[in-house]
Amino acid sequence: MANKTKVTAEPNRHDILITREFDAPRELVFKTFTDPELYVQWLGPRHLKMSLEKFEPKSGGSWRYIHKDEKGHEFGFHGVNHEVTFPERIIGTFEFEGLPERGHVSLETVRFEELPGRRTRITNLTVFQTVADRDGMLKSGMEKGLGESFERLDGILEKSK
Amino acid sequence: MDTFSALAEPTRRRILEFLGNRGELSATQIYDFVNKQSPVTAPAVSQHLKILRESKLVDVEKRAQQRIYTLNPRGLMELNLWVRKMTQFWDERYDALDRVLEVEKKKLRSVKRHGK
Repeated sequence: MANKTKVTAEPNRHDILITREFDAPRELVFKTFTDPELYVQWLGPRHLKMSLEKFEPKSGGSWRYIHKDEKGHEFGFHGVNHEVTFPERIIGTFEFEGLPERGHVSLETVRFEELPGRRTRITNLTVFQTVADRDGMLKSGMEKGLGESFERLDGILEKSK
Repeated sequence: MDTFSALAEPTRRRILEFLGNRGELSATQIYDFVNKQSPVTAPAVSQHLKILRESKLVDVEKRAQQRIYTLNPRGLMELNLWVRKMTQFWDERYDALDRVLEVEKKKLRSVKRHGK
């Protein structure tokens, strides 16, 4: 019974909404976002080594982490925690340091919702400054290492059938 | 115009769906279709078609006196790929989180079993 990640990104908007359910109680799920030892175990892509340079999971705290690939290339990310409220939500800024210019900062809100059966739903809403920032996000460091298998068209093509 | 912005307009989305149903259509057929749903001018429709062409969502071919439109699978694929990559990225990340949670749950259970 796999939990499915749902990504909603409407054309011409500034935001992406990602939802996913987890088979664990909310307090524990929240802990994996605020305990540095647990955080590094899941956040980074598998083929990249992740190191936390700074990690202050509290309102007003800041963070910075680096992903390093096999060739030694480093991708840095940093931000400030606007609000960390156990066990409900984390709101903060996010900036990828590898972009050609500084200042493309997004605002991320992660909500932890208690579900029956000791389950938890995470909704992650990221608001970008521009549509181009949002659409261009995959072209930056994130894209690295993602499989490029697209067997067939779903999306609109499917709907039009 | 990029693919996402091209798709943001409802008339253009309807044109794409219509094209998907019919396979290929002349510019005149597309105009008739759009006009039947809500009155539009011919230049407005050709502007929509131009945007769809430029964002590579449709292909056009001149046949005799007609311009024949078809969907451009590659353009659509690009858009589809974007959401798909995003989903895959988060899937991988959250699958890893599932594994961390399983380990942590096991630890909590064994703490309970062995008392304080």
